[in-house]
Amino acid sequence: MADALSVRGVDCFYGETQVLYSLDLSLRQGEVHCLLGRNGAGKTTALKCIMGLVPARAGSIRLGDVELTRLPPHEVPRAGVAYVPQGRRLFAEMTVAENIEIGLMARHMGSDVREAVLDLFPVLRERLRQRSGTLSGGEQQQLAMARALCLEPRVLLLDEPTEGLMPSMIAKIRQSVATLRDRGVSTILVEQRVDAVLKVADRVSFIENGRVRETVEVDRLREDPDIVKRYVGVT
Amino acid sequence: MAFGPHLILATLEGLVTSAVLALMALGLSLVFGVMRVVNVAHGEFYMLGAVLAWAIASAFGGHPSIGFLAALVISPLIVGGVALVADRLVLKRLDYNPEATIVATIGLLYILQQVALTFYGPEARPVQAPFTYRVSLPWFGYSGYKLAVIGASILLLLATWFVLSRTRIGMIMRATQYDSETAQAFGIPVGRVYTGVFAVGAMLAAVAAVLIVPISQAHYLMGRDPLLLSFIVVIIGGLGSLRGTVVAALLIGVSDGIISVFFSPTLAKIIATFVVAMVLVFRPQGLFGTAAR
Repeated sequence: MADALSVRGVDCFYGETQVLYSLDLSLRQGEVHCLLGRNGAGKTTALKCIMGLVPARAGSIRLGDVELTRLPPHEVPRAGVAYVPQGRRLFAEMTVAENIEIGLMARHMGSDVREAVLDLFPVLRERLRQRSGTLSGGEQQQLAMARALCLEPRVLLLDEPTEGLMPSMIAKIRQSVATLRDRGVSTILVEQRVDAVLKVADRVSFIENGRVRETVEVDRLREDPDIVKRYVGVT
Repeated sequence: MAFGPHLILATLEGLVTSAVLALMALGLSLVFGVMRVVNVAHGEFYMLGAVLAWAIASAFGGHPSIGFLAALVISPLIVGGVALVADRLVLKRLDYNPEATIVATIGLLYILQQVALTFYGPEARPVQAPFTYRVSLPWFGYSGYKLAVIGASILLLLATWFVLSRTRIGMIMRATQYDSETAQAFGIPVGRVYTGVFAVGAMLAAVAAVLIVPISQAHYLMGRDPLLLSFIVVIIGGLGSLRGTVVAALLIGVSDGIISVFFSPTLAKIIATFVVAMVLVFRPQGLFGTAAR
């Protein structure tokens, strides 16, 4: 089966500073693919580069037949890639309903999609008129995911969705990721928590100094924890 | 005139100033709020609106209201077009860099000013008010046109509030204002939003100018003072806040009217500048602005 998303030889810069060096990554249909690495390794930049928010200076990023590097950034979500940024980045002054509406607008989705997303995160249904900046951390994370799912994406990019959340909420987010996988959504997950990765991922790529050093099936990590130690420093 | 009626007259004059100032400052506030561009040329869009109003009103014969109404429609459209071209040719190419766009809009200020001087000349020219009806109050008669200016400004401010808070385009503008990168990640074409906002900001200044030009006169240097007052209003009210802009415009306009009548216009400007300094020290985000995160 063809990959859902394929990243080949991507170079990416912040100003004149190179951050990604010939990055290679493949995302299979319906898999959860985790990116692990130390702080500053280039995980978040890899996601931003796929979204076109930081332009790729070389290489190719393909979503099926669509070459994403040729699209302006606002066309990437319309092609079917949704992004949940680190720190949620909600439109904090806008209501929950407005944040969801922004998600629906990108691909002209209707109320059926809105209802399906609210069914996945029912707590948001009770908060529709509340300013999103006043939600709890867990509710904000659910809204960030709901807003992205309003695009009915083929590929979902999640940047540290469990950061700063209490254990019960982490379990909820992890369950949502598993549900989406069951529905055929392919996910790239940037995560710091190795235990969370082992529970939800199918494959893991280790990023070091802007390069993918190794990609392994998650079962291999369970058998050989030293791989994680080598790239991340902890297990 | 007794003190009471004198105060009412000063307040009415202040309200007219507030009405025009609110429209102009709203344009400046929108441009900064959404684009993070400090548009130093905003006063020249105001001047251009007034100069074009004179040209358009002069071109139409018949009753003054015909020329005025034509100016009220055509002048903001032309000014909006000029702003759109300036955005595409200059600001977009600078990638909306905050520092570079300050310098660029200073350049735009001089270009527009000198174009007006070349083609319009150094004279101050009046545009006839669309009607000359006077409202009889118990103490004095007052220009019906000036009251209409206040009414028109209120209508336009309400329309702007409605668009920003109740329509899809307003939601797109607010999303871009809060976080342009995330807005792009949700399919919002931020570049086009910027161009539209810059044009709308200039059009608001032009509308303010067309409304004021039957009261003052069109002149190629008329953009300077309103620009300064607009910055004062926007700083006090909070950048990007419609409510703050209206409240600050009322505060500055009415106090300017009253202090100018009872003391001197210079004292009014001194106090306004002092208030700005205090706001910058004690509440830099303005009365209704949100602190930067």
